[in-house]
Amino acid sequence: MSSSFNESAEHMDVEYVAQLARLHLTPEERTLYQRQLDQILGYVDELKAVDVEGVEPMAHPMPRTNVLRRDECGTRGDREAVLANAPSVRHHQFVVPKIVE
Amino acid sequence: MSVLNEKTVEELSVLLESGACTSQEIVRDVLAEKNRIDPVIRAYVELDEEDALAQAVEADAARARGTAGPLTGIPVAIKDLLNVRGQSCTCGSKILQGYRSPYDATAVARLRSAGMVMAGRVNMDEFAMGSSTENSALQTTRNPWNTACVPGGSSGGSASAVAARMAVASIGSDTGGSVRQPASFCGCVGLKPTYGRISRYGLTAYASSLDQIGPITRTVKDAALLLGAMAGHDPMDSTSSPLDVPDYAASLTGEMKGLKLGVPKEYFVEGIEPEVDACVRKAIAQCESLGAEIVEVSLPNTRYATATYYILATAEASTNLARYDGVRYGLRVEGADPIALYMNTRAAGFGSEVKRRIILGTYVLSSGYYDAYYLRAQKVRTLIARDFSEAFARCDAIVCPVSPTAAYPLGSCADDPLKMYLGDIFTVTANLAGICGLSVPCGFTSGGLPVGLQILGAPFAEQKILDIGYAYEQSTAWHTEKPAIQG
Amino acid sequence: MNYHVTIGLETHIQLKTNSKIFCACANHFGDEPNTNVCPVCLGYPGVMPVLNEEAVHKTIRAGLMIGSRIGAFCKFDRKSYFYPDMPKNYQITQYDRPFCIGGQVEIEVDGRKKIIRVNRIHLEEDVAKNTHAATSSEVDFNRAGTPLMEVVSEPDMETPEEALAYLQALKQIMVYGGISECNLEEGNMRCDVNISLRPDGQEKLGVKAEIKNMNTFKGVFQALQAETRRQESILESGGSVRQETLRFDPDAGVTLPMRSKEYAHDYRYFPEPDLMPVVLDKDVIERWRSELPELPQQRRERFVSQYDLPEYDAAVLTADKHLADYYERAAAGTKNFKAVSNWVMTEVMRVLSEKGWTIEQFPIQADALAELVALADGKVINSNSAKEVFSILLEEPGASPKALVEKRGMAQVSDSSAIDAFVDQVITEQTKSVEDFRNGKQAALQFLVGQIMKLSRGKANPQMAAQALRDKIGSME
Repeated sequence: MSSSFNESAEHMDVEYVAQLARLHLTPEERTLYQRQLDQILGYVDELKAVDVEGVEPMAHPMPRTNVLRRDECGTRGDREAVLANAPSVRHHQFVVPKIVE
Repeated sequence: MSVLNEKTVEELSVLLESGACTSQEIVRDVLAEKNRIDPVIRAYVELDEEDALAQAVEADAARARGTAGPLTGIPVAIKDLLNVRGQSCTCGSKILQGYRSPYDATAVARLRSAGMVMAGRVNMDEFAMGSSTENSALQTTRNPWNTACVPGGSSGGSASAVAARMAVASIGSDTGGSVRQPASFCGCVGLKPTYGRISRYGLTAYASSLDQIGPITRTVKDAALLLGAMAGHDPMDSTSSPLDVPDYAASLTGEMKGLKLGVPKEYFVEGIEPEVDACVRKAIAQCESLGAEIVEVSLPNTRYATATYYILATAEASTNLARYDGVRYGLRVEGADPIALYMNTRAAGFGSEVKRRIILGTYVLSSGYYDAYYLRAQKVRTLIARDFSEAFARCDAIVCPVSPTAAYPLGSCADDPLKMYLGDIFTVTANLAGICGLSVPCGFTSGGLPVGLQILGAPFAEQKILDIGYAYEQSTAWHTEKPAIQG
Repeated sequence: MNYHVTIGLETHIQLKTNSKIFCACANHFGDEPNTNVCPVCLGYPGVMPVLNEEAVHKTIRAGLMIGSRIGAFCKFDRKSYFYPDMPKNYQITQYDRPFCIGGQVEIEVDGRKKIIRVNRIHLEEDVAKNTHAATSSEVDFNRAGTPLMEVVSEPDMETPEEALAYLQALKQIMVYGGISECNLEEGNMRCDVNISLRPDGQEKLGVKAEIKNMNTFKGVFQALQAETRRQESILESGGSVRQETLRFDPDAGVTLPMRSKEYAHDYRYFPEPDLMPVVLDKDVIERWRSELPELPQQRRERFVSQYDLPEYDAAVLTADKHLADYYERAAAGTKNFKAVSNWVMTEVMRVLSEKGWTIEQFPIQADALAELVALADGKVINSNSAKEVFSILLEEPGASPKALVEKRGMAQVSDSSAIDAFVDQVITEQTKSVEDFRNGKQAALQFLVGQIMKLSRGKANPQMAAQALRDKIGSME
């Protein structure tokens, strides 16, 4: 268990990353996350010490291949149930603020 | 006075079968105990009494018709991130406010078809992100053994409800230890099956390549019964295993003679609480006295496991949680354009740990950092899995602590997420490698807090670790201990 | 200064399947909003994708048809970006391991043939459809999860005409392969283009602009023309083109910058953990290859050799797969292939263009047309009658041409004794014209034949009548 931090590790641009993740942060949150995430990045920096030369990345713990389904239709969805969950509905559609393209 | 709620699944099955009790009686006792204690423990998010009793009536009718199975009529509490048709599914978050699930998770559907009664949904860390259940946006759940302490997490509601006898059994999920660690903190049995053993369809995703559903029960046999009911291939989950499902419970031998148990030296290091260390070592000695051979094994990449886990889990989570945007379901906080809608909704709907992990996960996938963090972590994951397959070539199972500590006081990790992350060191490895793991009660600290023994098995070696756990459990009385709670 | 234009296309093509790519909802256009949806394609909590095997098959078939190499190890990835039409706010697509790598499409512009190379074809999920109202937009998720191929070309096109020809050729291949209907009105085929200009003689490519989301071929063509003009005038005036994303306003005929706020794009691709990789057996690929339908080019050549048609006929008939299918069905019922070709190319295509029909909407079945052609070809009816039968068939598509001819007594009179009787009558009545013909006036013969046709109410075989007239008048001394 190592809890030493590499202080020279990456300094995250929290504002930019939160924007990518569509998270609005208050100034207080930004300050807090900046400190905590820099600390966490300092910790995960230890992975840079591992020799991974020639090691295959693992995407699936129990890999299989060609898991496919037949091209068949199931029962039709219940539109009313689906729309009942929606915060804003008009004309049986989901409403969002106007999209500009 | 409630009694049936104190019985195990196995005991209730016998009672029901013999006609000594009905499902309605069991459910009533569970409800009574819940109403007595839960105002203190706060394990349940919601328990629709009418609905649970209606299911019990149906279960009793099935038994009268002769169509009942061994689990028919036994109630089970569900962690609130499994979809249960017609019920809400909060995931411990504000962002799913108003959401009602139109479908049953496969695991839930299988428990239903085995006749079990879906009796309430229990609290958890928001989106399963946490190790103390303090990250729930809904309520603070307490440890039945000491209500000033956390129940562990993220399946803290499951473990505390089962330990407090207000649930007979519960279903949780384990992404980095979220079944095993709260089971350990609350003195329960917790099983994390092999990745793919139980379908994840309907389990709200935290980290898709690590998540696995598992039971939290009072005995190993109960865990085996519930595993058997839920396991098996599901065409709705491409990652579910097509391997046959044995009758785990019926096959339990209670023998560990001749089995080789590996003790990883990297799991007994400084930082581990001395009392926890002592309990686990004593349990290992007990296994030896039961005929197991103890061998030392090495899992040298364990030291990188926490870092690897937090990179991979948060990366996957950052995409899995992108769907909560206020458009199709759940909370919505209006904005002038879609982006503002998203930013406002997600700012208001997610709690601070979730935001932190989403930001970390977004960062490690972002352009310029992917290779250094995400890809590298995937490679280290390979090394960690390789450690295990080498170790399992030398032993039948690995025995070690579940957590470096017993349950800690509420609030002690509040401002130090990294400290909490480091507590996951002994559990995240199983999720990274995809293997199965079991937590079994193995003693108490001097402060009266439970300690768990972790038994790790090779992929799909559930039968073996259940056997070891069962043999150990039957030779001790830890699982019969019960917390005293003032309602 | 002259400029060299470089154009590359990213073409999105919806696959023709029964169900969506990752769930069992119908892949069907035009239904009531949000009726073909389920928890999976709405991105509900807890749902998981399961890959539709037919979508894989069709994508690989598309690749085989254009000569792609099929990836040995193919996988899916998550591409993150937030947009209201995206149920999970990430799209499941293929980043670095697509199904099809390389390939080419042959085009012909102004008689000049050219190869356009294809970089890759990958498979992904389509997004929902947005409709814009005054202050808000509405989202219909029926389209979300439709299997969508993205065909990425190399920047091998140099004019808008070439881009148009490429799209037409690509469409033809996809329709031929049964991969997609490529119905543009239904949005089956949508296109993003990249275009850059550089002065003649310069090696280095110019700065490119991307024009997104075009759903008509005409739109692509006009947008490329407009964008060429725009970039040309920027370069002419000494300015430099900005790398940006544009949209085409078809009404104004100009390209405009996207109005949406500019945010940095960072798609954060990573392997989709919920789907397993696809590793296709070589035997499976070879079997699929052996089942490939004919390519348009091959069919054109076969039409020339098998039906002995002129190049021109073969080209016209095979331009549209369904028309070629129709021709082949009709040709199977006759011996005179050229006659069928003439009928299809003149009468059938005339009606199609008048009515705005596709060949699938054409009411006269191919076997009925074959019967009609056989009747005309066997001189059972003459050409006027044949056209009349054709018109009747348009009104009564189920009718049998043979039965119609019989019922209406339209059969041509080819019985020589009957014709002789008409000839005798006409020679007796039209002495002046007979005299003119004997004096070498050929037009008089046409008049006399016309009289016979009149007497026979159009049914006499005009060639036989003319011959009989010649014989009779010639023997009159």
